[in-house]
Amino acid sequence: MAEKRVFEKGKMVPVPSQAIIPERDSDKSPILECSHLGIDFGGLRAVDDFNLTLGRTEIAGLIGPNGAGKTTVFNLLTKVYQPTRGTILLDGYDTAGKTPAQINRMGIARTFQNIRLFSALSVEDNVKIGLHNQEPYSMFTGILRLPKYWRQEKAAHERAMELLSIFDMQDLAAHEAGSLPYGAQRRLEIVRALATNPSLLLLDEPAAGMNPSETAELMENIVKIRDTFQIAVMLIEHDMNLVMGICEGICVLNFGQVIAKGTAEEIQSNPTVIEAYLGKKK
Amino acid sequence: MKKLKTTTKIDFATYAGVTLAFLLVYALQQGGSLTNAMKSWLVPICSFIVMAVSLNLVVGISGELSLGHAGFMSVGAFSGIVTAMSLTNAIPSGPVRLLLAILVGAVFAAVTGVIVGVPVLRLRGDYLAIVTLAFGQIIKDLINCLIVGYDSHGLHIIFNLDGLRSVSDLHMEETGVAIIKGAQGAVGVPKLSSFFAGYLLVMVALVIVLNLVRSRTGRAIMAIRDNRIAAESVGINVTKYRLIAFVTSAALAGAAGALFGLNYGGLLSSRFDFNTSILVLVYVVLGGLGNIWGSVIAATVLYILPEALRGFQDYRMLLYAVVLILVMLATNNEQLKALLGRLIPKRKGAKSNG
Repeated sequence: MAEKRVFEKGKMVPVPSQAIIPERDSDKSPILECSHLGIDFGGLRAVDDFNLTLGRTEIAGLIGPNGAGKTTVFNLLTKVYQPTRGTILLDGYDTAGKTPAQINRMGIARTFQNIRLFSALSVEDNVKIGLHNQEPYSMFTGILRLPKYWRQEKAAHERAMELLSIFDMQDLAAHEAGSLPYGAQRRLEIVRALATNPSLLLLDEPAAGMNPSETAELMENIVKIRDTFQIAVMLIEHDMNLVMGICEGICVLNFGQVIAKGTAEEIQSNPTVIEAYLGKKK
Repeated sequence: MKKLKTTTKIDFATYAGVTLAFLLVYALQQGGSLTNAMKSWLVPICSFIVMAVSLNLVVGISGELSLGHAGFMSVGAFSGIVTAMSLTNAIPSGPVRLLLAILVGAVFAAVTGVIVGVPVLRLRGDYLAIVTLAFGQIIKDLINCLIVGYDSHGLHIIFNLDGLRSVSDLHMEETGVAIIKGAQGAVGVPKLSSFFAGYLLVMVALVIVLNLVRSRTGRAIMAIRDNRIAAESVGINVTKYRLIAFVTSAALAGAAGALFGLNYGGLLSSRFDFNTSILVLVYVVLGGLGNIWGSVIAATVLYILPEALRGFQDYRMLLYAVVLILVMLATNNEQLKALLGRLIPKRKGAKSNG
């Protein structure tokens, strides 16, 4: 898939400056391009002039102090909020006016800061719900249990088990999702997001509430997911070990504005970032 | 951690239980050991089981509180009665007419379900409950204005909105038959329903609801119930699946209504008022939200209970209420659950897998 990007007339906006695309993606078209993205809540500019370009197999980090607007950016990308300004291009297609469900079908899957599982259902059913648009059959096929029902259900079961095996969770398949330990719930949310066959995975604080050894395992797994599925991953995280350890590009937000973009080393030595986190030097 | 039970076994136990109960009662009926009063309960029990099972799809599986379920039942009942009576000459066979009436009742109720569902499902929670309540009343009042007759030219229908018109305004031939006489309801209805037909309808409703719940569609509906935002984030069209649950439920209620309507010589639209909706809701809540076999048992027991208490005359509804409260208390009692867990070791919740 090394074809050059075809720019559609009128849809395309200039590629934002300071694009952070790893070397291996540089000859491919970007998966995500946000330009001048912004949203106002009443008089508050929650996010303003957000520009970002993401490579096809990049792991990117979105960091910033509390209340900087990181989750709002995720909500804009998945159309939980409709942006007030700016455009989002996913794989070159404009996402204006799409619903969250359509965005998912276009290729963005996400997890949530406060876990949102289908807690009364089993772990396997949670993943199968993620496979909703991957193994489709009609309502009448389901009621009459036609051969297609059995075929698709079998395929869904096998795929669900395969996806659960990423985190070694096959044994938990029959358990109630809401009764799992916190870390396992976070992992299940990632598996459910992966089940929708995304090309961009958004993780909102995946390591929250995990102990250091779980976090280390999660870091390995995020890289493994990127390598296996060949997808882009963007994550919000406060655990700097995780962000600096696996993110190839990092974008720092403060008060809804991008204050820095670059590699881990560049961010760590950037005076504006240090000021945002630690305050001004006297 | 809690391990969930396999659902296939529960489904087959439900089918087997209903079939066994039917065979037992059928044998008793043939053996002549049922009183006439008991025989008259059989068809209504079947239609209220279907009502409870279908309402459980909306309230338990889809998680929306609907208070207008009797409205769909009345649409099914009156469209079924009109179908059965107007086809008297064309199709002499009773069971075939009953089948057609049930199908027509289901279709009409489904169409009403779409008309009601599209605006109503924009709402959530209490607001949805209030609006479905209003729609139930509207449907009842509209049918109250309906005057329908049948002669060799076909169906004659007028809306008696000003309350001044009567059957003579239909301008039918002399051989014409009045089917629905406005506020006097349906008259001269043939008794086509039988216990066996009721049993078949219950089985069909169970197969539809249980298979739906265990399919991709059902999982999507339950996903929306558990977490709407997460369901959207995995690409589920929320409006579509809420509507599927609502309309399927309405169609089954219509079928139940047709079965119910064709069991009596006459039928008033006021039979399907708010109280009937609440009655069915009580069956669903007591049987357990989302628990289909629970609805079957609750509908059966709670239909028989007030009938069996007729001997107590004035105290009948008082006793009914007391029994309801006791059952609610007992089923929510942790000690009682623990006791049951010890008696039946494999019961859910008896052993923790954590």
